Amino acid sequence: MSDEKKTIKLEITRFDPDIDEVPKTEEYEVPTEPGWKVLDAVNYVKDNLDPSLSHRWSCRMAVCGSCGMMVNGEPKLTCKTSLDEYGDAIKVEPLANFPVVRDLVVEIDGFMDKFKSVKPWIIRAKERAEDMENLNERGTYSQSPDELSAFKQFSMCINCLLCYSACPVVANEPEFIGPAAIALGHRYNTDSRDEGAAERNDVFRGEGTVFSCSFANECSEVCPKNVDPASAVNQAKLGAVVDWAKGLILPRGGA
Amino acid sequence: MVQVSRHDIVIVGGGGAGLRAAIAAAEANPKASIALVSKVYPMRSHTVSAEGGAAAVARDDDNFELHGFDTVKGSDFLGDQNVIEYFVEQAPKELALLENWGCPWSRNEDGTVSTRAFGGMTIKRTWFATDKVGFHMLHSLFQQSMRYENIVRYDEFFVTKLLTEDGACKGVAALEIRTGDYHAILGRAVILATGGAGKVFPFTTNGAIKTGDGMALAYREGVGLKDMEFVQYHPTGLPGTGILITEASRGEGGYLRNKDGDRFLVDYDYGVGKKAELGPRDMISRAIIQEFEAGRGIDDEHGLHAALDLTHLGEAHIMAKLPFVRELARTYVGVDPVHEHIPIRPVVHYMMGGVDTNIRAETDMPGLYAAGEVACGSINGANRLGSNSLTECLVFGNSAGVHSLDYASGADEGNEASLRGQAEEEAARVDSLRGSKRGDEKIADLRVEMNRVMEEGCGVYREQETMKIAEKEMHEIRKRASCLHLQDSSKVFNTELVAALELMNMVEVAETLAVSAAHRKESRGAHTCRDFPHRDDQTYLYHTLAYRTDDGPRLDRKEVALGHWEPQERKY
Repeated sequence: MSDEKKTIKLEITRFDPDIDEVPKTEEYEVPTEPGWKVLDAVNYVKDNLDPSLSHRWSCRMAVCGSCGMMVNGEPKLTCKTSLDEYGDAIKVEPLANFPVVRDLVVEIDGFMDKFKSVKPWIIRAKERAEDMENLNERGTYSQSPDELSAFKQFSMCINCLLCYSACPVVANEPEFIGPAAIALGHRYNTDSRDEGAAERNDVFRGEGTVFSCSFANECSEVCPKNVDPASAVNQAKLGAVVDWAKGLILPRGGA
Repeated sequence: MVQVSRHDIVIVGGGGAGLRAAIAAAEANPKASIALVSKVYPMRSHTVSAEGGAAAVARDDDNFELHGFDTVKGSDFLGDQNVIEYFVEQAPKELALLENWGCPWSRNEDGTVSTRAFGGMTIKRTWFATDKVGFHMLHSLFQQSMRYENIVRYDEFFVTKLLTEDGACKGVAALEIRTGDYHAILGRAVILATGGAGKVFPFTTNGAIKTGDGMALAYREGVGLKDMEFVQYHPTGLPGTGILITEASRGEGGYLRNKDGDRFLVDYDYGVGKKAELGPRDMISRAIIQEFEAGRGIDDEHGLHAALDLTHLGEAHIMAKLPFVRELARTYVGVDPVHEHIPIRPVVHYMMGGVDTNIRAETDMPGLYAAGEVACGSINGANRLGSNSLTECLVFGNSAGVHSLDYASGADEGNEASLRGQAEEEAARVDSLRGSKRGDEKIADLRVEMNRVMEEGCGVYREQETMKIAEKEMHEIRKRASCLHLQDSSKVFNTELVAALELMNMVEVAETLAVSAAHRKESRGAHTCRDFPHRDDQTYLYHTLAYRTDDGPRLDRKEVALGHWEPQERKY
């Protein structure tokens, strides 16, 4: 960590749909402190230079997922990205591949729909009340550490959406379910407690199909939490194919 | 023009308590319409930042009596014992339900859920999902909530007023942040689940969104704020940012050391006795400050701090149980805890106080409920035990969901024209604030001043004189907060307007905190007065209540519900 205080030139994309026809760039001189992240510099602008700047942030510890932005052209979680990674000039823009609401705030309605479409919850064949024989005396399902580790990585997604910004398929096919949502669906498909893989595989084969993925691997490269959505997408493709093939042999629900 | 929508119940806040309440109500009556209104997308809620775990009896060597007494003792006997009994009894099934809904709890080899040691808990009863428990709880709840078509979300809607009729709560007025439009979201009952108010302090583990909104909403409508003087300082925050380093670090065997390398909690008598690093948070935070005052703090580029030593745990154990701690230490202080000590210092973490509620999560206002950190039930009394708060969100979120729905089924829906009128007035008030110059006060500057006043007056150690100064200064700052100069007149995603409204909430909450603190001339739990170093049960074994007046909070008191656990000296 650098202990250097330096002044940087921060370029920020500004856009207010009430006033602007197209986005513009504003430039700010920001005196920085040692250890600052990109978010600290953006917050400095908001607090001291221009209170009309709009951006989202909260936890500043890389877990709430609010503060994703393009930093010098790459999607970054700004509270986790050190200023030391850059020189004296930094350009901050809203996340790519999303409609811009204002300044650095993007609209994520489409993502929220995709998120829900993969049925991100435990699906059991029986309602809980009829499933008691599978619960232990403490009321929990049994799950071994190995069964847990089969899906744990894919449960670490903070929905920061950097992967959608990086994904070349999302850029061209907005209906593509996309890395985070597929990883989430796959997370439940690989959870030993879940019995809903067939339903999710139908979703994976449907509109915005997982097969659109072109193996670019950009999603995993930008993921700040090492979820490795690319690997989830690849595994999900396989699952969706196997499930479909089984459907040819066995009647629906026979598996 | 205000847009009106109608639901059976309206929940304000989409974190652990709000989501649990929504699911409880949605399950209790699949036909009921439940509005979930949050100023952020639910997965951004601050529950996400909780790390160490959630407490509930889970082992054969544990029982409700033990969890109950640990909690009562931790509260320095200010917790309500009937509420604590209910809490510990409900806790296991709530955590099991979360398991059924997919929470990736860490497991034992036999497939059961693991538990870990935590401060002030005499038995290992803290359930955990490595060290990202709040994150996994929040995401499990949010994802589960999507199953229920009768939960209607209002994401990024900022509630600025409770709508009332004949003294009963009938809905909320909310600013749609994206458009600047106003909404009257009506319901026959309302649940506040907005969390705490750590941002009234400068150095806090809390995220930017923790601005005491729900406390201020209730307070403005005449509902009491209870026990506001009790602020939890977590012993281990990263210097500079205040980022939380979980108590699980010590639960897993970490040590606290001073500049001489001593495990001072063991070597000196700080009242935690054999518990040492597993003592309760209030005591350990005080011990660290005393080390600083004795000249045994470490002072370097991180400022004055103590050291959290995990090096003896080994990389494998750290990666298995505390991987997020390692990530945070590396990212935010450039330290790898496998090889080096983590610099830490006490940091504002949690408000024991909040909206006055009872065992059913009801407030004094008919139709208004509160659950989670915004509420004061009170299970936490003068000091909360680590890992009780996530469970609290679930137990009382569920309670609020079920009881409010029950109430709503017998309550009338109110006069729509009148409620709409209230929302229109509120919309006009907020509209007139947007981009307006009421004076020369700047949001950021006033926030910094409030933060300074609160830290100087209401820190780990407090004194009458400095609390009185804080009381006086907060009174002034509250008045000044109505003289803001706002420069952003856009209707679209106007975060300056939201920040102004949040500041107005914080100054109300901060003033109740300072006034409540100055009045309590004893030391109990997290409220430690140098000039009154002992607990005084004769005079102060009661809950403080603060009611709003324009001249500042009016204080009242409420009896503590004692039970079979007699108040005794709190020693570990």
